[in-house]
Amino acid sequence: MPADSMHSLYARANAIFAFMLWVLSAVTFACFLSTLFLNYTTNVHLDVSNVKLRRVNDYASESGVADLAAFDFSLKADVSPLFNWNVKQLFVYLVAEYATEKNPVNQVVIWDRILHRNTRVVIDERIGTPKYHLMDDGTSLKDHKNVTFVLRYNVVPNAGYLRLAQAEGQIQIEMPESYTTGKPTRKA
Amino acid sequence: MSILNLAMFDEIRRMDVRQTVYQILNFAMVVSSALMIWKGLMVVTGSESPIVVVLSGSMEPAFYRGDLLVLTNYHEDPIRTGDITVFKIEGRDIPIVHRVIKVHEEDIDNTKILTKGDNNQVDDRGLYAPGQMWLGRQDIVGRAKGIVPYIGMVTIIMNDYPKLKYAVLACLALFVILHREK
Repeated sequence: MPADSMHSLYARANAIFAFMLWVLSAVTFACFLSTLFLNYTTNVHLDVSNVKLRRVNDYASESGVADLAAFDFSLKADVSPLFNWNVKQLFVYLVAEYATEKNPVNQVVIWDRILHRNTRVVIDERIGTPKYHLMDDGTSLKDHKNVTFVLRYNVVPNAGYLRLAQAEGQIQIEMPESYTTGKPTRKA
Repeated sequence: MSILNLAMFDEIRRMDVRQTVYQILNFAMVVSSALMIWKGLMVVTGSESPIVVVLSGSMEPAFYRGDLLVLTNYHEDPIRTGDITVFKIEGRDIPIVHRVIKVHEEDIDNTKILTKGDNNQVDDRGLYAPGQMWLGRQDIVGRAKGIVPYIGMVTIIMNDYPKLKYAVLACLALFVILHREK
């Protein structure tokens, strides 16, 4: 009876493998469902100060020059409530948003941080300098009355929906009316 | 092994015309339903490739090699910073999965987009085509909306070992042809 026993061994292995796949996918789906409708909002305290504006050469913009803003910022946000069993990491980023005559929507990420699930923390960034430059695609930042700073985050799950959310507590900043003269801190 | 082979050949010998036609139809059914699911997903998600496998580590620790991403590409939903986009670059075969860090939007079809991999130190201008400073809306194939871990490892292994791929395909084809409704 070698053929029969082989067949039954194969059949058993097949059944076990199929059942394992079924259980894995069911548990993964349950994990996704259980965290889909939770509340993912939090509060942030933002502060932007010491704004300085320069006009620099910019090879990426059409006019060849662009407004570059330098500033200090502080931000404090408790992101620990955002974590649950289906959060692998948070990607937290600070966005500067403004409208110009040419572009109704401008968004520039000026700072970001990856937070693993084992570092559920209160972010407390004091007098940080931007990680990325706040540079316009032209020269519209000078005397701009409303540049909005918002803290947003991407919730990356183990399995399921990739959520984008934003923290309560955005702030509006006015840009300086004149350029800072002197040696630029950065080659553009 | 020889006994198994003999038994297999027995099955083929026992097949009549009706059985053979049935098997061919069955095989066609499997292929066409797979195609229907894929094309159906394309319609629902609006993306030309609704499911992609992560091939590089440039988005670690969010995505690892072998993770499966579900994409959507709704034209009326504008691209914003933080979106994880999949985009194509002229002269590169494989699309790239990176995060948007800068958007200057004149209107929906006239948008300047800059991307960066979470695990990379610099933005993607070095990856774009020579002289290309920004991505446009038309370069973007889709936006990652969902993730399923590990599943894509199968395709990565298949791509790394082509012989294994053909062996598996041959086994599957044999199984479909030889498998008989009892």
